[in-house]
Amino acid sequence: MARDSEATLDAMDRTLAGVKPVSARRQLVNLGDRVFYIIAKSLALLVIVLALLLVADLFRGASEAIRQFGLKFLVGTTWDPVTRQFSTLPTVIGTLVKGFIALLLAVPVSIGSAIFITFYTPRWLRPVISYPIELLAGIPSIIFGMWGLFAMVPVVRVIQIWLKAHFGWFFLFDGPAVYGVGVLSGSIILFIMITPIITAISKEILLTVPREQIEGMLALGSTKWEAIWKVALPYARIGLFGAVALGLGRAIGETMAVTMVGGNSFDLIHSLFDPVHSMASQIASEFSEATYSLYVSSLIYVGLVLFGITILISLLAQFLIWKTSKGKLALLD
Amino acid sequence: MKLKNMKAAVLLTALSAASGQALAGCPTKGVKELTGTGATFPYPLYSKMFSEYDKTCGVKVNYQSIGSGGGIRQLQEQTVDFGASDGVMDEKQKAQAKGGAVLHIPTVAGAEAIVFNVAGIKRGQLKLTPEVLAEIYLKKISNWNDPKIKALNPGVKFPDLTIAVVHRSDGSGTTFIFTNYLSKVSSEWKDKVGFATSVNWPGDVGGKGNEGVANSVKQIPGAIGYVELAYAQQNKMDWAQLQNKAKKFLDPTLEGASAAADIANLPDDMEIVITDSSNPAAYPISGFTWLLIYENETDPAKADAVAQLASWMITDGQKFAAPLDYAPLKGVAQKKAMALVKKIKANGALVMK
Amino acid sequence: MVLISYYRYRKFVEWANWAGMLLCITVSVFFLFAILGYVLVNGASYIDWEFLTAMPVPAGETGGGIANALVGSFLVVIVASLMALPIGIGAAIFINEFPSQGFGRTVRFLAEVLTGVPSIVVGLFAYARVVIPSGGFSALSGSVAYAFIMIPIILISAHEALRLVPDSLREASLALGIPKWRTIMGVVLPVSSRALITGAVLAISRALGEAAPMLFTAFGNSFWNVNPTKPIATVPLLIYTYATGPYEDWHRKAWAASFVLLVIVFFTSVLTRAFLRGKANE
Repeated sequence: MARDSEATLDAMDRTLAGVKPVSARRQLVNLGDRVFYIIAKSLALLVIVLALLLVADLFRGASEAIRQFGLKFLVGTTWDPVTRQFSTLPTVIGTLVKGFIALLLAVPVSIGSAIFITFYTPRWLRPVISYPIELLAGIPSIIFGMWGLFAMVPVVRVIQIWLKAHFGWFFLFDGPAVYGVGVLSGSIILFIMITPIITAISKEILLTVPREQIEGMLALGSTKWEAIWKVALPYARIGLFGAVALGLGRAIGETMAVTMVGGNSFDLIHSLFDPVHSMASQIASEFSEATYSLYVSSLIYVGLVLFGITILISLLAQFLIWKTSKGKLALLD
Repeated sequence: MKLKNMKAAVLLTALSAASGQALAGCPTKGVKELTGTGATFPYPLYSKMFSEYDKTCGVKVNYQSIGSGGGIRQLQEQTVDFGASDGVMDEKQKAQAKGGAVLHIPTVAGAEAIVFNVAGIKRGQLKLTPEVLAEIYLKKISNWNDPKIKALNPGVKFPDLTIAVVHRSDGSGTTFIFTNYLSKVSSEWKDKVGFATSVNWPGDVGGKGNEGVANSVKQIPGAIGYVELAYAQQNKMDWAQLQNKAKKFLDPTLEGASAAADIANLPDDMEIVITDSSNPAAYPISGFTWLLIYENETDPAKADAVAQLASWMITDGQKFAAPLDYAPLKGVAQKKAMALVKKIKANGALVMK
Repeated sequence: MVLISYYRYRKFVEWANWAGMLLCITVSVFFLFAILGYVLVNGASYIDWEFLTAMPVPAGETGGGIANALVGSFLVVIVASLMALPIGIGAAIFINEFPSQGFGRTVRFLAEVLTGVPSIVVGLFAYARVVIPSGGFSALSGSVAYAFIMIPIILISAHEALRLVPDSLREASLALGIPKWRTIMGVVLPVSSRALITGAVLAISRALGEAAPMLFTAFGNSFWNVNPTKPIATVPLLIYTYATGPYEDWHRKAWAASFVLLVIVFFTSVLTRAFLRGKANE
């Protein structure tokens, strides 16, 4: 891609002079540049420091629970504050399932919306549509939760009852449809919450696709859609992944709204209608009232597990980006 | 002679002016702000009390509800001047309190209603015994037309409807009181589940906060749940009549809660959960809410302020309780509470005589 | 077997995808109106001048307002932004403009991980690192909590924004002899400003709406306070308290306060863009 030019120059230097390539830092000769570099680097370091502090605090807070339960914490299914037995498999599964379904729904809808705003909407109309969508991103979680519980859950309940009546033989629909709250409601509310974020950033990214690329395709006789699918999207792919990453982060960490419509049970789920906690909603629900140190420590352990899962998912995303762009990179230039 | 009289007169005027300024229950050592946190149950009442306290004494008491456990923890860490809780601190928690011994001063009592959602059955038409209630929550009775329920309510038509058990998903004093009651009336519940601010429920749905439980019960046909009386009343829900220890069936009421508190053998430290009370007029699922205050304060001005606040809350402040659906302290309970306030010391010296 | 020309097929695909995109945008807009409408319908009766300027009244009384929470939120979020914007944008600039193999990728990776931290955990982090050492709750600790939430959002969106500025612009500026830092400040940032603002607005609106971090940091205050070292009221916490209370009156106040919050978010978005469009034109 375009940004490889510096690296290419370095490589050329290397081959020509047989000298070690000059790092970005050594290219700074100007005092202003040096100062700027130091400031920028410190700020970046600060981010790392903050992350490390958080991890350190999580480990420290969870240490009692780690000593007590070890890795069994991750595979057990009992959460009992009275007998002091804690384990987190059901909530891990609850979090992942709700997040996954939310993402499954949100990615097409939000990127589709972003494409529509960028390519199919006249310029004057764009702010009219996109500002309100950003507004959605600013709605407090508690409002999503309340709207979800009062307005959305009754509708979902009707849908669930219909699904169970007609397709109840399918394991996903074989559950307590009448509750309304549960995995499906939780996933849908997450979907609604993360769509505006992904849409807003995707729109910005798609807007920067150079017009020449698209016009080139059109000049060759492609339809608008073909130009988008074959040129714009691949060009913007990495940025779109970034947008989706932000949305996914919100989906996994979201607390309030999911607590109000998720059903909040500690049993393993068998269907889309079962109620289940997510890790974030569990921490938020129980933390205020955790009355002894092992309890608090176990909740922080849940936070640590959540952190670990987020790292794993991010690694997976990085791997996917690497895999998909490796082959295509040559074509894009 | 005249000078002596003048001196006496000046002294008297000064004294009367000073005591005139020291209104009953107001801090006398210049403290203008206090911070407290804890239980959500009394939050509406405290918001009213502290607003009035500001008008009466010019002292701003900032109370935010983050839950009984939070109140206990902030008190342990001494980031607030007083805590509030619907549950009693256990030995371990008391040991972790950085400021030493903690006094549990009750302020009001409340009742919890068992609300339900069954078509055709309204308030006052459903009677439940403790055993049946426990079995419902243990998931041993799973349908509304179970013979045990029918036996308690002859003449009432019960549909063939699965019981959806709703509980709190967040830890809370409300759960503490409810599970404490179930533990007292059902040995099976005590063994299998126990009582705490958060337990391992046999089923089904968890709602966030009293509001979440109330809403879930309202929406799910066949649901049953427990909520503080105020929520049941404000949401116009149907509740069951519970059989108390004296075998009488009672609606959840403030009088029932007050009666539950009005028993002969209240302990001096008032650390008692008044569920399943022996008073014949008592509503079985009732509980105190307490202020948590260190017995040995180190700052004389703050100690004075906190003691004055507590004494005001259990005397003058009580008039705000009933209009907001809280059961005021009466009789022995109030006396014992006041005795506890008088135990507050600053650096060894009693604050209130 | 029906034979249609390839051309007709492609035209159909074109139309079908257009319809699909339209469906997507309709879904987004539908939910927006559903929620906004619900908030408005339920809270409109409460929104008047008194609501915005009066102090909250205790339980059992009607009327009153959210003035202290509005001011409190404003204060806490501004301080948080002053912390988060330089860090987020600065770090993004470093990652993109001074590429250094592992380091930049690590920072970006960590930012993505940090977006998944639940807000309650962030609040507890600020509690442990600011409230406990300073001995009490404060607006400042709330700002730290918000900043922690905002930094990853700003960093990631700024990074994407900077990444899309074509290198040709940078090279042209450098070729003219302009030092790198001035290139960044004077060319790269203005060109990417719209996307940067989008990220900033997303982060600010996220902070404005989060209640959980405030529980153990800013704590809340029933009274008026603008001192950053003391507990302070914030709108999302107020909404949370009202929404979870028993009274219908409180619920309506919660909806009304939510609507006010949305209007604030909207105006923040519009005003920042207008302001920066003006600057970019200079």
